Amino acid sequence: MSTQIPLATSTTSGELRGRDADSVKAPRAGRPERFNWPVTIALAVCSLAVLIPLYVTLTMAFKTTSQAVDGNAFSLPAPFTLDGFVQAWNLTTFPRSFAISVGVSAFTVVGTILLSAFAAYAISRNWDRRFFRWSFYYLLAALFLPFPVVALSQVKLTGLAHLDNPLGVAILHVMFQLGFSVLLFTAFLRSIPDELEESARLEGATTGQVFWQLIFPLLAPMSATVGIFAFLASWNDFVMPSLITSDPAMQTLPVLQQIFQTQFSNNYNVSFASYLMAMAPAILVYLFTQRWVMAGVTQGAIK
Amino acid sequence: MAVVPQASPRPKTRADTPASGRRGRRRIDKTFYAFLLPGLVLFTLAIALPAVTGIFYSFTDSVGFGQFGFTGFINYIALFSDPSIRSAYGFTIGFALVTVAVVNAIAFLLAIGLTARIRAKVALRAVFVLPMVVSGIVIAYVFNFLFSNSIPAAATALGFGPLESSLLANPDWAWLAIVVVTAWQAIPSTILIYIAGILAIPADVYEAAALDGASAARQLRSITIPLTAGYILINVIIGFKNFLNSYDIIVGLTNGGPGTSTTSIAMSIFNGFTNGDYAYQMANATIFFLIAIVIALLQLRATRGRSGL
Repeated sequence: MSTQIPLATSTTSGELRGRDADSVKAPRAGRPERFNWPVTIALAVCSLAVLIPLYVTLTMAFKTTSQAVDGNAFSLPAPFTLDGFVQAWNLTTFPRSFAISVGVSAFTVVGTILLSAFAAYAISRNWDRRFFRWSFYYLLAALFLPFPVVALSQVKLTGLAHLDNPLGVAILHVMFQLGFSVLLFTAFLRSIPDELEESARLEGATTGQVFWQLIFPLLAPMSATVGIFAFLASWNDFVMPSLITSDPAMQTLPVLQQIFQTQFSNNYNVSFASYLMAMAPAILVYLFTQRWVMAGVTQGAIK
Repeated sequence: MAVVPQASPRPKTRADTPASGRRGRRRIDKTFYAFLLPGLVLFTLAIALPAVTGIFYSFTDSVGFGQFGFTGFINYIALFSDPSIRSAYGFTIGFALVTVAVVNAIAFLLAIGLTARIRAKVALRAVFVLPMVVSGIVIAYVFNFLFSNSIPAAATALGFGPLESSLLANPDWAWLAIVVVTAWQAIPSTILIYIAGILAIPADVYEAAALDGASAARQLRSITIPLTAGYILINVIIGFKNFLNSYDIIVGLTNGGPGTSTTSIAMSIFNGFTNGDYAYQMANATIFFLIAIVIALLQLRATRGRSGL
């Protein structure tokens, strides 16, 4: 792909073409912007398809159980109550399951950034060596490997290795993120000029010092993208913990939501409060980091 | 995610640069091996080894533990005449095709809208990308409630017959609910790729077309669609590949039912342990793997053709 997607997708695109003049603020005086109102209104209406399910989740969570079962999903909570959250907190043993989810995600994020930055640095600086080049393609092969193909064997192997627990889940997440992350880092490292490293080496810096003091700080923006994707993948994942973790008490938040389908299926306010608590961290992270999320998708797809 | 392995990342190898001061192959710093090996070794243990052992067990009669014997291709022969496997493949492939069409049509239109001169562009883009970060299983449970309770209640109030009973309980139409929720989650990343594609079109092409009096519809047909063809291809391939793996959302909506009408390939494989047909499902996974490899090759060809490398 010849077009490099700039990291700040939405601001720089304005220079690319007039049609994409980003204007969030009111038009400047003296130069009235002409907006395409019909399209704006059509998009706003379409966005309801995204917002309505989230709105229902939010309102249901604050209702009483008796109001939640009346079938009217779109009414506002009356009276407004936190009972659902209190019960969901207890039913899902929220502090523990939240801690497990955070632990798995934190391990995945740190592990993915470090392992893939190491590997990408070694690969990009030794591209002329067959071993490193082939290692790159070998790691990328994971991008094409569907999880169901290896799932049952991984369940067996993690059981044998006593990793049928959140730690095993986190290690597997790192491995599944590795191909995509090495790809992003390698592409980024190719754009860093050699001269910087050469001068550091002339002053006697070792490869390890060059990496930690020069390369790794330069990788920061890409580390952010890699880290966010590792976080979202591990935080929202359902299938891997549900298959790998053998102890039900050690399950992550998404897996625990199953109890509301079986045991507490009529306490809609409780189940929705629980869904909300499971969703909210990822949505908050996204709202603060949407630039990198958007850039990561486009870079990953067209590299 | 599509990948284009870049043939030569650097104009010349570092060995050629005068700065390295040596001729020919420079001696490698051992530290580079220390950097590469942790990832490589772990990856081999966690991903490559399970893939190989899985293929190995597909030629046995293992139940997942204990003793086993070799059975050759018996599992594979049995697969092809198994109605439940056929229905899983039929459902999954049909579902993936429908969902790819729905997702790409909607995402393309939204991307055109989101690159036009609109108010609140940043906010609108943020909203349309939001579903990407919501857990599949959780949003499926939310939609499960809407399909089972809210929509029937609303349909009854409006006197609209077909939707008065839950879509999820209807063996003929439950798949439609899965398409809706899968699309809800998959459209964001598809939109982002289309936005990148549309922004890559030079503005003067449109200006020239406008000077020649081309209408908006004509510009869409003669400029936007042809010039984003490569992005359409990537989105179709990536989407199809992802939808073949569908699992979470199906669990949250129908759990493969009613009956087995919405049981996907992934679901049939994951049930291999509980049903005690481990080796049999490994054969299923191996076939699935072969399909994935074919799609991967298509993807590489599609991206390489237009990456300018």
